[in-house]
Amino acid sequence: MDTAVTAKKKWWAGGYSPFNVSYGKLMMWYFLMSDAFTFGALLISYGTIRFSSPSWPDPNEVFRSFPGMGHANLPLVFVSLMTFILIMSSVTMVLAVHAGHMRDKKAVAKWMLWTIVGGIAFLSCQAWEWTHLYHEGAWWGRNPFLNVDGTLASTNFTNFFFTITGFHGLHVTSGVILNIVILANVLKGTYEHRGHYEMVEKVGLYWHFVDLVWVFVFTCFYLL
Amino acid sequence: MEHTHTEAGHEAAHVDSSTKTIWRTFWILLCITMVEVGLAFLHLETGFPSRVFLNAIFVGLTVVKAFYIVAEFMHLGHEIKNLILTILIPLLLFVWFIIAFLYEGDSWKNMRKDLKPGTPIETPKAPAKEGHHY
Repeated sequence: MDTAVTAKKKWWAGGYSPFNVSYGKLMMWYFLMSDAFTFGALLISYGTIRFSSPSWPDPNEVFRSFPGMGHANLPLVFVSLMTFILIMSSVTMVLAVHAGHMRDKKAVAKWMLWTIVGGIAFLSCQAWEWTHLYHEGAWWGRNPFLNVDGTLASTNFTNFFFTITGFHGLHVTSGVILNIVILANVLKGTYEHRGHYEMVEKVGLYWHFVDLVWVFVFTCFYLL
Repeated sequence: MEHTHTEAGHEAAHVDSSTKTIWRTFWILLCITMVEVGLAFLHLETGFPSRVFLNAIFVGLTVVKAFYIVAEFMHLGHEIKNLILTILIPLLLFVWFIIAFLYEGDSWKNMRKDLKPGTPIETPKAPAKEGHHY
């Protein structure tokens, strides 16, 4: 490996990690890779079914509501807000990781707390969206929305939407729980005592991955 | 950074520039998302970028966003090549998955259409069949 990072270091000769990261971080990366294949399989099966269908509902017709705006026609606005919240919580997470590098316990706790707030805000938005769609008659096995060409749509649309956004929401939920556990440890001083904040980095990798998946879900369900 | 000689000064300068990178990445992601939403609205209002063209832009911009999240937020862009490759090479399978499965779905749709009961089966060797709309 002729990388410019370290001059002529024999990465595979033993004695240190050939990936230059700790075991825990490497395993988090491999876990995320496997999770990427899980999400990839779901999204590709969605794409396959959509390609095999003569017509499909128009996302701008389906997702056009905003809390408190009644029947106003606002496609994309609410989901853009959700995207903004998740990107923002990713930023606060990187800031927590950086505070950890500086061994600044108070700043780590502050940014972790904001990340948790962002995660909960995103989940609340999703809960509202699901409830709203449910009241419009959409659920697994039920699809009130017509295809773009006016024909009756199959339930594939709602099945895939609820399964994939639900699986993503489950990831956000477990991410929030992990963040809370890590925040508790930060406040307890566990990492201060350990001498490094690497656990914040690991949980940060997971959190960014959740954001990454949302980028694809956003494109596949709301834009395309 | 050359004028700082102490360990602490070096560290502070490094962290400061990293915070700048974080916010730069945030603005890039936000701007791309706003461009995507803007284009979607433009299409709704005027129908200007055609659907196919628009979808190509959306997919391209999604990949750009994914790159920034993975490279900057997840810090993969600053790791050594070994780690980058061990993560990215397996993901190349997606190229094949996406092409194979979407092709399969499209072919399924065409079979459903062509083999629907009542569809005339004659017209031996008519390559011009592709032209008809559905």
